[in-house]
Amino acid sequence: MSRSVLLCVLGLAAALAYPLLVPNYLVTIGMLVFFTAFIGQSWNIAGGFAGQTSFGHVVFFGTGAYTSTILQVTYGWNPWLAWPVAMAAGGAVGWMIAVLSFRAGLRGSYFALITLAFAEVFRILANSVPFTKGGLGMLIKADPRPLNFQFKDPIWIYYLALLLCIVSLLIAWQLTRSRFGARLVAIRENEDAARALGIDVFAEKVKVLTLSGAMCAAGGTFYAQKYLYIDPGIAFGVDKSVEMLLVSMVGGAGTIFGPLIGSFTLMGINEVTRWLASVVPAFKNVQPLSLIVYGIMLILIVARLPDGLMSLFRRPAAKPPPRHA
Amino acid sequence: MLEVREISKSFGGLKAVDSASLDVASGEIVGLIGPNGAGKTTLFATIAGFHRPDAGTVAFEGKPITGLAPHRVCAAGMVRTFQITQPFAGISVRENIMVGAYLHTADRHLAAREAEAVAALVGMRDQLDQRGADLTVAGRKRLELARALATGPRLLLLDEVMAGLNPTEIVEIVGVIKNIRASGITILLIEHVMQAVTSLAERVYVLNQGRMIAEGTPAAIADNEAVIEAYLGHGAAKVLRA
Repeated sequence: MSRSVLLCVLGLAAALAYPLLVPNYLVTIGMLVFFTAFIGQSWNIAGGFAGQTSFGHVVFFGTGAYTSTILQVTYGWNPWLAWPVAMAAGGAVGWMIAVLSFRAGLRGSYFALITLAFAEVFRILANSVPFTKGGLGMLIKADPRPLNFQFKDPIWIYYLALLLCIVSLLIAWQLTRSRFGARLVAIRENEDAARALGIDVFAEKVKVLTLSGAMCAAGGTFYAQKYLYIDPGIAFGVDKSVEMLLVSMVGGAGTIFGPLIGSFTLMGINEVTRWLASVVPAFKNVQPLSLIVYGIMLILIVARLPDGLMSLFRRPAAKPPPRHA
Repeated sequence: MLEVREISKSFGGLKAVDSASLDVASGEIVGLIGPNGAGKTTLFATIAGFHRPDAGTVAFEGKPITGLAPHRVCAAGMVRTFQITQPFAGISVRENIMVGAYLHTADRHLAAREAEAVAALVGMRDQLDQRGADLTVAGRKRLELARALATGPRLLLLDEVMAGLNPTEIVEIVGVIKNIRASGITILLIEHVMQAVTSLAERVYVLNQGRMIAEGTPAAIADNEAVIEAYLGHGAAKVLRA
């Protein structure tokens, strides 16, 4: 236990010192690692801990991004004030999707597909309704002041991403030691047994998707404030859903540090391959090389390490004793 | 304590349970036996809220619980185990049992303490840190029992906790069940192992093709003509008596 506390303290110290020591470009990469870990964690809470695998988590991300941006651009809200409203909107969408799909008894891959469908419906809606400005997207006026949730120096957005990531880790940690978390894991492992032991499976699943949706929406607002532009493809595109799922699976779904390790690994691969493509002539025309490496990595992890990279850090499980006939 | 009145449940054209009634009084161990496919597990699942009956009523401690969701039935003080064991495979035995204990406490330490106490009662103290998936058949059966006990039930529905166990393990689990009853918990059990039923149950119900065909002490049941025919075929009772 004390060893893991020590590791956490060292990791935190390194994360705090990092942007002071490296050029701005690498600060932004670091920011993206923590940001992706954060939205990955929002997926992990529902998909990893509670086993409600979603292919359309971007629906919450986009809801958050659009809610705060519309409030800001159209209604002149301060983005900091719009942030909690965006989270509430994401939570509400999570609640709605959960109630609709779990009432209908959708589980497993059916649930995954319905979330994908919801995300696509939201993308098409954002493309067509007037208040999102359709396919043109929405531009947030650049006015880099902290009061505006915009920062001149990338170091501040880095620290904000780090803070979000830490909060998400604390939430996940709390899940590993609370009744709510234990119930989510029970639901993931065996829904019927969970019901027999007095767990209101429907209510718990609705709760976790609401929480996950609110978290992911917070990430959407953060993203919009960082890039000052969103359109339906960015806010509701399927690649963000895949990214959230991927970092969790690669790192270890249902573990506290899985999304962070996964995000770190994938972002690292991304940068290394980009660098390789720029120096090795043979790779120059293999555009995006990172996707090929992701693919190979995913195959290897699914085949060899189904519990993700985190399982490398744990003691190997004892061999099961021989079965009685 | 438990009053089941004329429960019927069909799946498609198949009448799995047909107007079956049974009573369990507080402090009893009651057996429910019957040939394969008689509808025992369906009756259990219906009592525990996993199926909604087509007709009939279930009352627990005087209150109607017909069609109540399983988690509410459990919260009311009646819990079932599964014939095909359903461990939470990826987590430890301790965590498995804690899920049950969390029904009446949100405190992690209290739940863990209770899990350990229950594990001791069912003889799993040395397996607390094993994963659910790594248990033997006997271990899984005990885990089913332990998790259910941890919810703090007043009535325990046990679905074939002895199936698949060897004679030594059966003797052990019979002892465990006796201890559970001694601690004040009423038990209704489905069982195929007759030796266990006779040594445990005061009264036995016999279900055949969805209907309750007999009720009585184990000795009376073993001598009942309808029961013998249900198990061994038409005319078997006459042959045996001859």
